[in-house]
Amino acid sequence: MNWTVIRQYLPLYRKAAGLTVRIGLLGIAAAILIGLFCTAVQRSRIPVFRQLVSAYIELSRNTPLLVQLFFLYYGLPKIGVPTNAVACGIAGLAFLGGSYMAEAFRSGVEAIDIIQEESAYSLGLSRGQTLRYVIFPQAFSVSVPAFVANVIFLLKETSVFSAISLMDLMFTAKDLIGLYYKTTESLFLLVVFYLLILLPISLLGTLLERRTRHAGFGT
Amino acid sequence: MSNPILTLSHLTKRFDELLVLDDLSLTVHEGEVVVIVGPSGCGKSTLLRCMNALEEIQGGEIRLHGELVSKSSKNLTELRQKIGMVFQSYDLFPHLTVLENIVLAPMKVQKRSREDASKEAMALLARVGLEEKAASYPRQLSGGQKQRVAIVRALCMHPEILLFDEVTAALDPEMVREVLDVILRLADQGKTMLIVTHEMQFARAVADRIILLEAGRIQEEGTPEEFFDSPKTERAKKFLQTFTFERKRLEQPQSQN
Repeated sequence: MNWTVIRQYLPLYRKAAGLTVRIGLLGIAAAILIGLFCTAVQRSRIPVFRQLVSAYIELSRNTPLLVQLFFLYYGLPKIGVPTNAVACGIAGLAFLGGSYMAEAFRSGVEAIDIIQEESAYSLGLSRGQTLRYVIFPQAFSVSVPAFVANVIFLLKETSVFSAISLMDLMFTAKDLIGLYYKTTESLFLLVVFYLLILLPISLLGTLLERRTRHAGFGT
Repeated sequence: MSNPILTLSHLTKRFDELLVLDDLSLTVHEGEVVVIVGPSGCGKSTLLRCMNALEEIQGGEIRLHGELVSKSSKNLTELRQKIGMVFQSYDLFPHLTVLENIVLAPMKVQKRSREDASKEAMALLARVGLEEKAASYPRQLSGGQKQRVAIVRALCMHPEILLFDEVTAALDPEMVREVLDVILRLADQGKTMLIVTHEMQFARAVADRIILLEAGRIQEEGTPEEFFDSPKTERAKKFLQTFTFERKRLEQPQSQN
């Protein structure tokens, strides 16, 4: 292990990590919105929309992110939609993550017994108040473990972005190996940087789970 | 028995083809304790749920002080505040502490201050012997304690009538007593209540009027003495026979105490 090399590489990795985190967070934020929207539509039982959402979820969950990215990156310009790698990365992550988030939220909402809703109504709470004070907090705490797992999964999935020449961590590592053959140092830094990004999220997730665990389960 | 509080007239409820309540009429007066008994699936729970507009009805009407109670009532949330309900299964909100469970509706629905609501909640909790559980979460309570909290939660809204839907059915036998005692005390205080129960001895003790519901209709109606000691209809006799058999088995351990 050559520490001089590592010190030289460090700024490159830092920059790449910034890109990974930025795209990752934007993509995940969009995925959360898509997930909430899908959950709302599925709960609303509007016929056609429901089927569209189900179709989207199956399409998104059962195709690899790499394939989705290729479609966005190489496919969109063919039908005249100008695009760039960053936008494709965010859109791809949102497209994939949306279905995962939708499933996580759905499991949360479905886990809440109807009696919770009814007892809230019987106390005079309105529909909105019932959702806000009774259903959502419980649904969220049920969803937390799946939600955190999704965030970590999606951040790791960003490693395929290098395929559409986004200069993320994976791209940087492969690039440096190709240029200078310092395989050990390049891969070492790659692992370290992914850990630096993901470990805090993992820990935060555990804390969040602990904080919300009072809800539910064997009431 | 002066003021009618709740009036059901010609209530009909269907689940698809199944007729659950069949042209049922019933009036509950102020301060009255009405106990509804009947075999499983006779529509007892459905009847209570209709009174709180948790179920749609297909015919007839429900009036609280003359005001129509239905899913389409504009002031439904106001009406529901006046009709307290305690369910069979523990319906406490698991993500809130006991105290938060009780003060949620008074604060959000009746816009009372937290201090005011908490003060009353603590006083009510003390009356059911649970003041030290105020900061606990529902999962830390026994079944009987949960039901007592559920009763306090309903009481804190100052309902004009309380509906109890088999509140002891899911409890271990030794916890049934503590819950029934609370309801008995409420009866002593003159609360208007409508109680669905399978506890016949309790029904006899607490009721001003007993109603036997079967096949969606009131089969027999009378004071506890009339109903238990000299039932008029064959249906009531048959229904009570099933209980005397069960009661004999249950009486043995009691006599040892």
